[in-house]
Amino acid sequence: MKKEQDISELERKFQEKIDQDIKIEPKDWMPDNYRKTLIRQISQHAHSEVVGMLPEGNWITRAPNLRRKAVLLAKVQDEAGHGLYLYSATETLGADREDCIDDLHSGKAKYSSIFNYPTLTWADMGAVGWLVDGAAIMNQVPLCRCSYGPYARAMVKVCKEESFHQRQGYEIMMALAAGSVEQKEMAQDALNRFWWPSLMMFGPPDEDSKHTKQSMDWRIKRHSNDELRQMMVDITVPQAEAIGLTIPDADLKWNEEKGGYDYGEIDWDEFWNVVKGNGPCNKDRIDTRRKAKENGAWVREAANAHAEKRKARKLRRAS
Amino acid sequence: MHTRKKEKRENLEEHHKKYIMANKEWPLWEVFIRSKQGLSHKHVGSLRASDEVMAIENARDVYTRRSEGISIWVIESSNVFASSPDNADSLYDPANSKVYRHPTFYDVPDGIEHM
Repeated sequence: MKKEQDISELERKFQEKIDQDIKIEPKDWMPDNYRKTLIRQISQHAHSEVVGMLPEGNWITRAPNLRRKAVLLAKVQDEAGHGLYLYSATETLGADREDCIDDLHSGKAKYSSIFNYPTLTWADMGAVGWLVDGAAIMNQVPLCRCSYGPYARAMVKVCKEESFHQRQGYEIMMALAAGSVEQKEMAQDALNRFWWPSLMMFGPPDEDSKHTKQSMDWRIKRHSNDELRQMMVDITVPQAEAIGLTIPDADLKWNEEKGGYDYGEIDWDEFWNVVKGNGPCNKDRIDTRRKAKENGAWVREAANAHAEKRKARKLRRAS
Repeated sequence: MHTRKKEKRENLEEHHKKYIMANKEWPLWEVFIRSKQGLSHKHVGSLRASDEVMAIENARDVYTRRSEGISIWVIESSNVFASSPDNADSLYDPANSKVYRHPTFYDVPDGIEHM
């Protein structure tokens, strides 16, 4: 047990490193809460990647042509990879991957609420790529400079790979928006349903965000939720206009003074309701993940038995 | 009577073994990738796999989806031994005072080339 005095000295040195932008690496001393915060955030991020495969996996067999199908497959495979980079980062902090996954299945751990909305039409693949991945990238780019080395490095890789995700989504929307009346309606409908939930992805407004200040001091977070949300709106509005789609917000207006858009009130009751588990697909998503683990038990069993057999054979040969 | 008991026990043992096999977590592996000929392998992350064959297959899928590598090393994480950051001073400080290990320590008159 370290003495209290030692701890405060260690904490001072730790904060000094953070303030100088020196990265923290796995074996370095860190405050318990820094470790806990990171495990919570990174595992939630990992869960979001894994659960995020479900709404898109839903459309792989029904993609309109082979090109779109190959692209969607590659995107979903990337997301599985991103989940793995992130679980790997949590393990550098002493967390256990399987425990993290069980926390997801029991409902103890959260994941991004956006994946609790259904993907009803092909245009939703466009809206998800364009808006959901767009918002995710907006969140993740600053995380590349996060103070914790393994998380920052995972984010660099994720961001590099995700740039195609957003483009392919926008391309789908562009094709539909330039198509028949029905196709354009389908694109507009997808934008209508995904616009507000995408803005909610940045989390509650700054005044209600309980983790923001400490995370900023630790340089885990670099921008507040509202700052990122504003950037998202400012970037996306012209993209919608360029393909002739309308943002579903009657209050949306350019504000010359602040050099950005003013936008309408977000329905935070809906947000909290979905976070609490009452979104359209919460139960379905977790059930699917839980079943995947249960149905995979025989594979894990067989792989373990096979590994042991091989090890025994090797030992026999050596003796 | 005896055989039935024995059978029951064997069944239980079998069941128990199956349970362990299905729930035993695959070990953690550290992954190193050589990005091209002429460069050394570099640590890229870790993954779970039941043995080295699966670890390499998974590493291929997880870490080289965009031609990032031409060769993969995997090492079970429990076999990696690392220096402790607490010892950094005693390990690396002695090098600080030995500036004569660097070429810039030495005076060479103007006009002398190729040195």
